[in-house]
Amino acid sequence: MATTINTELSAAEAFKTRPLTPLQRVHRILHLHPEISPMIALVIAMLVFQLANERFLSPGNISLILQQVAVVGSLAVAQTLVILTGGIDLSVGALMILVSMVMGSLVGLTGLPGPIAFAIGILVGLLAGLLNGVLVSVLRLPPFITTLGTLSIFLALALLMSNGVAIQGEKLGGFLLWTAVAFSVGPFNFTVGVILMLLMYVGMGFVLHQTGWGRHVYAVGSDPLAARLSGINTRRVLMSVYAVAGVLVTLSAWILIGRNNAATTSAAVDVNLDSITAVVIGGTSLFGGRGALLGTFLGAITVAVFRNGLSLARVDVLYQTLAIGILILFAVALDQWIRRAGVKG
Amino acid sequence: MTAEPILRARGIVKTYGAVVALDGVDLDLNAGEILAVIGDNGAGKSTLIKCLTGAEIPDVGNLEVAGSEVHFRRPQDAHAAGIETVYQTLSLAPDLDIASNMFLGREIRRRGPLGGVLRMLDHKRMRQLAAENVSKLGIRTLQDITQVVETLSGGQRQAVAIARAVAFGSRIVVLDEPTAALGVRETAQVLDVVTGLREAGLGVILISHNMPNVFQVADRIHIQRLGRRIATISPESHTPAEAVAIMTGATSAPAHVGALSKEDRP
Repeated sequence: MATTINTELSAAEAFKTRPLTPLQRVHRILHLHPEISPMIALVIAMLVFQLANERFLSPGNISLILQQVAVVGSLAVAQTLVILTGGIDLSVGALMILVSMVMGSLVGLTGLPGPIAFAIGILVGLLAGLLNGVLVSVLRLPPFITTLGTLSIFLALALLMSNGVAIQGEKLGGFLLWTAVAFSVGPFNFTVGVILMLLMYVGMGFVLHQTGWGRHVYAVGSDPLAARLSGINTRRVLMSVYAVAGVLVTLSAWILIGRNNAATTSAAVDVNLDSITAVVIGGTSLFGGRGALLGTFLGAITVAVFRNGLSLARVDVLYQTLAIGILILFAVALDQWIRRAGVKG
Repeated sequence: MTAEPILRARGIVKTYGAVVALDGVDLDLNAGEILAVIGDNGAGKSTLIKCLTGAEIPDVGNLEVAGSEVHFRRPQDAHAAGIETVYQTLSLAPDLDIASNMFLGREIRRRGPLGGVLRMLDHKRMRQLAAENVSKLGIRTLQDITQVVETLSGGQRQAVAIARAVAFGSRIVVLDEPTAALGVRETAQVLDVVTGLREAGLGVILISHNMPNVFQVADRIHIQRLGRRIATISPESHTPAEAVAIMTGATSAPAHVGALSKEDRP
């Protein structure tokens, strides 16, 4: 192919290649690595809380924070997937409760073995996710309204099925409670649930960054039309994202049962919004297409660190909520700033 | 010139509700030829392109690629038939980097079980191939292949989209206003690439408002007016001014294309 390549630059091109201002540099780095901002917030928060109370960074307290974050943190994995496509899932919390009640009832009331109950739980999660996926991708309903509807449905099903009665730990058997099993690594104390959450991050992180499907999830969130014209079946990608989210929620339900030592409908009322908080603080854009699971993990930890650290500093719980609200607004404002065009090429 | 056109469209109709975008369009493209498509705004150029490349499904009409009938339901079908398109909207995902965009929808996996079982992508190879394809275009300001498309200028984005089409187009490359965001020199580079595709034996469809460009590179010029092909001329048979006159309806079209005698006005 005949092309002529001149080596001297025009004045405009020389202007274009001018050095970046420090602010532009920061902007570009944050654009490429959205997990840096939650990382900075987390480090600052940990330093401040350590100064406020020297027990904060003790192995015991770090272990406690990880155990406290396991349920929301695992739920935020599913939430990240959905938000990366430019959607939002208000139903993951309700679905988690529904699945935990299904699994708990199957073991506690009908005496089914734990692994079989778990397999049925996976199926329920998958079908519920597919329901969201069909509504969003085939009927093209807005994800917000769709999942607002399925939130009510899942919660109502959980309550109808259980009559609001909790199933206590002694009836649940070893398999469903396995996520509560604790073990020590040096001075740290982990549960199987914490490890499961970490594995969810590692596994889905691999899928998002190393497979074609992962690229397609980002592309669909970034620009659905461009993704379609590039030859991506956007409908199938969307559908699969909600289905995978449903399966991931089943794992969260498993962690939840272990954490509560019971299957109960009154558990975890705030977790759905908390999962969104973790994703947003983690630097994933609510407009889709940009973000990473590492950021979500840091976001979830940041929220837990704020709650735990402010408690240790004996700050009223209402101020904790206030602080987290401010954190969310900071994160969203930062996202807008990063997203704004105008960084030179 | 081969006997069989590489792309033949007959009687393509596309309507959007009450709006008739295409009213029975015919189009012939030969291998080793640049066919320019010109027409006023709303003449149906972009819709025609979308119907030829699987982005829209025509209501009526048939399409043949190299003599065999095809029915494109989605862009992948056209890709599979060797047709690549640079859309006016460029169809790039702004949050992905240049290499990811070039291979979007046809990522290269690693060899062996890492690619086969774990479905891992070969990022390194894709970046290397993307860099090669971009440098072939001779766009100099595009150096870092891992740069996010959102941070690129309009001209650079256009270069990425063109590089992608050129890299994958094996039979036909369709370019919808490829030089709209480019300066004079970049435009010359793109026209170089377009003529290079012709030398390589591909069929090229070039949509442009820029008459000097069209008359510089096109072998034949398809004039679209009010949803129809109103004439096919060549740079030798007509001047740019005559082409514009036909395009706008100021002159009646030459008679060698059938089914256009009716002088329809809105």
